[in-house]
Amino acid sequence: MLNSSLLQLGAALRARKISSVELTQLYLDRIATLNPELNAYITVNPDMSLAQARTADERITQGDASPLAGIPIAQKDIFCAQGWRTTCGSRMLHNFVSPYDAHVVSQFNSAGAVNLGKTNMDEFAMGSSNETSHFGAVKNPWNRDAVPGGSSGGTAAAVAARLCAAATGTDTGGSIRQPAALCGISGLKPTYGVVSRYGMIAFASSLDQAGPMARSAEDMALLLNAMAGFDERDSTSLQREKEDYARELNKPLNGLRIGLPREFFATGLSADVAQAVDAAITEYKKLGASVVDISLPNSRLSVPVYYVLAPAEASSNLSRFDGVRYGYRAPEYGDLADMYEKSRSQGFGAEVKRRIMIGTYVLSHGYYDAYYLQAQKIRRLIAQDFTEAFQQCDVIMGPTSPTTAFNLGEKGDDPVQMYLSDIYTIAVNLAGLPGMSIPCGFGNNNMPVGLQIIGNYFDEARMLNVAHRYQLATDWHVRTPSGI
Amino acid sequence: MTWEIVIGLEVHTQLSTHSKIFSGASTAFGAEPNTQACAVDLALPGVLPVLNKGAVERAIKFGLATGSAIAPRSVFARKNYFYPDLPKGYQISQFDLPVVGNGQLTIHVPASGKTEAHEKVVRITRAHLEEDAGKSLHEDFHGMTGIDLNRAGTPLLEIVSEPDIRNAAEAVAYAKALHTLVRWIGICDGNMQEGSFRCDANVSVHKPGTPFGTRREIKNLNSFRFLEQAINYEAHWQIETLENGGTIQQATVLFDPDKGETRMMRTKEEAHDYRYFPDPDLLPLEISPQWIEEVRTTLPELPQAKQARYVNELGLSAYDAGILTASREMADFFEATQRVVPKDAKLCANWLIGEVSAQLNRDGLEMAQCPITAQQLGGMLKRIADSTISNAGAKDVFRTMWAEGGDADAIIEAKGLKQVSDAGALEKIVDEIIAANPAQVAEYRGGKEKVFGFFVGLAMKASKGKANPAQMNEILKRKLAG
Repeated sequence: MLNSSLLQLGAALRARKISSVELTQLYLDRIATLNPELNAYITVNPDMSLAQARTADERITQGDASPLAGIPIAQKDIFCAQGWRTTCGSRMLHNFVSPYDAHVVSQFNSAGAVNLGKTNMDEFAMGSSNETSHFGAVKNPWNRDAVPGGSSGGTAAAVAARLCAAATGTDTGGSIRQPAALCGISGLKPTYGVVSRYGMIAFASSLDQAGPMARSAEDMALLLNAMAGFDERDSTSLQREKEDYARELNKPLNGLRIGLPREFFATGLSADVAQAVDAAITEYKKLGASVVDISLPNSRLSVPVYYVLAPAEASSNLSRFDGVRYGYRAPEYGDLADMYEKSRSQGFGAEVKRRIMIGTYVLSHGYYDAYYLQAQKIRRLIAQDFTEAFQQCDVIMGPTSPTTAFNLGEKGDDPVQMYLSDIYTIAVNLAGLPGMSIPCGFGNNNMPVGLQIIGNYFDEARMLNVAHRYQLATDWHVRTPSGI
Repeated sequence: MTWEIVIGLEVHTQLSTHSKIFSGASTAFGAEPNTQACAVDLALPGVLPVLNKGAVERAIKFGLATGSAIAPRSVFARKNYFYPDLPKGYQISQFDLPVVGNGQLTIHVPASGKTEAHEKVVRITRAHLEEDAGKSLHEDFHGMTGIDLNRAGTPLLEIVSEPDIRNAAEAVAYAKALHTLVRWIGICDGNMQEGSFRCDANVSVHKPGTPFGTRREIKNLNSFRFLEQAINYEAHWQIETLENGGTIQQATVLFDPDKGETRMMRTKEEAHDYRYFPDPDLLPLEISPQWIEEVRTTLPELPQAKQARYVNELGLSAYDAGILTASREMADFFEATQRVVPKDAKLCANWLIGEVSAQLNRDGLEMAQCPITAQQLGGMLKRIADSTISNAGAKDVFRTMWAEGGDADAIIEAKGLKQVSDAGALEKIVDEIIAANPAQVAEYRGGKEKVFGFFVGLAMKASKGKANPAQMNEILKRKLAG
């Protein structure tokens, strides 16, 4: 059951081979056993999950054929869910119980899925190792000394350790793809605007995008069908016709043109990751694809541009956490300014404070033009690079992350080293393009390697097809960590 | 050389939409605290703003009414600062790309002191959309501050003038003209007690021919009287300071109406760095020419166009036309009255500006609360026009109508106010008077025309006030001439 696909689980539920309550309980039991060590979940609430499971069982009994009905799905703790504590990995929201559902959560609820719990994450999604969480680091199920990646590290670990059937993540600079790569699972960041951001706690609004994290491309197609769609509550949500992301899954790959950006295979990429990615490209050639050498000359600027724009937006987005209406307030303070200062100093962790300060600086009078405006200009150049590249190829491939999972604490003192972990993923967010990571092998330390697939705008169905055909031909995605 | 005062106004008008600018919560005034604040207004984690089209339409209306440029693309920006009644820690406003730019407003400055009444054009720099903040309640909670977020997210149009204003009287005239206009075009209720119309005044002084002086901004003036007092005080203070060898520091000041003084709130050094940047949650606001044309069709005839029409087509004086277009209610009442007696516009104007306004004033009523309708007034004016009643009789009818209601014809009938226009009856009265007063007749015929009034008095008395005065005059003149 634990290794079944979502389609198989759905069929088993509808055939009454298992009830949603039984399936939910199975996962809750696994969480009770494994989570104390992995720390993939911040909040589980068996009563609420099982109540939802009972409702799902009734729906199924009444003939509900929704593909996700009764399936337990975990939510990254960045999504507000009514009645659930929603912390965003921060002390600032350690006691915040959401009075409303995020769009993504309500979409899963109406599809009949069961909310299994809220997964751990870097504080306010700021981090690449899940070590900035107020609720403690998450351990990588493949090696408990290693990080799971971040910021959706709890989700990635939960999926890899079979602590849920599938889960949600969010990706601002690589926060779905990088942990998916480091934990050996599949993750998709859709085109900006495909999934509503309503109820998803904002980090950098112009970059944030929610997406599915699962064990296969096929599962992700099913999840994206539930998540995507226009929502009038998000002004950046795109008004497009509803599409079936699974419609092209089985299409043969003959004639597929894969662009390989030379900048993604240069200095800084570890040899074992390069080797696994090369092998994956070779496999694609066998499946009928051809390879094109492309260049993304401005992508080298994506990390500095990102670390101007994302903190700028974050510094403003996080201003609402002031101790006035909800969330953490310092127990003792003098006047109003002191209340703000103490509440925010104590409520936010070091990385969040670092980014608020960077963001405040780059937006300040006298610096705005040199940093923020300049970064916006380069952002357009980066997007332009992709537009030109997609005239020569259908998808772009490369490594998701320059290395496999590093050890807990290894990059703790060096934020720039940590930021470079997202060097291949950030440009995709800056351009608003869809990006994906799927498992494509193992490195020297037997840790998973991720293959990044970047598509043109709204090409999610094609990307899922490209990933699915590979997963039909290989078995990297079904490998399971030992002891799981 | 004397000092010249230079003033620019920033006016915040609350737009009359039913819901807030970025959420669906109600904008109604006076509800229990925090009952009209939804998740978006409370800035809960994860919520997002969605622009209210009604607010944009009102901004377009204002732009059209002031001949302004309406930006095909404008941008919402975040103004970042911390305050407990600002839930997001930033206000969504417009910064370098506002929705309305470059317009103008013609104002009538009444005579005062040495200056005669005159017209003046004040240029409008820009008008931009933004959300209001909530309210901090300091009085009701001992040692604590209460926060009411009902007002948070209420749509505002901030209208910024060029520094074209030269004294407090002009500033008040401009503010009043703006106040009239926004109510006229229906984008703001203009209620100053409820804060729907608030002014900030930028004041500086300089010697003509030299560059403008350093300005100080007086914040949050919510009555025309305070606006006038604050500017007068501030300008006087600045001149005195400079003449005593001091300098003016750029600053924001508050007006204390009890003391009649302005006092320092913060200097330029203490001013916030608002760190404006485009709000990534909102797409740029795009306004198509078609949208502008659609809004144009909903725009009523504007005061200036009405004034011109009243003068050119109805033959009214510019002064009367100005008073009749001081408010939309007045103009509507005038036009409805005039429809009853289409040929007697001047008569309508006289009665509205005279008796009706005086009566409203006495009873402390607004035009909208007028106890008589335009139909009633028109019905009475019709009887003046056709000589059924005299002016004196009309005043009697009007008083009755005001106090008790009813239509003119019924009151005239009931009170027996119908004029005597029967030539035979009037001639008989005149003959009797001439016969009874030979001495005065001789005086009149001897060239002492003043005596004529004596005969009129007697004739009116004899007819018990019901004689048609014009006809009576004509008969008297004829018969006295011999």
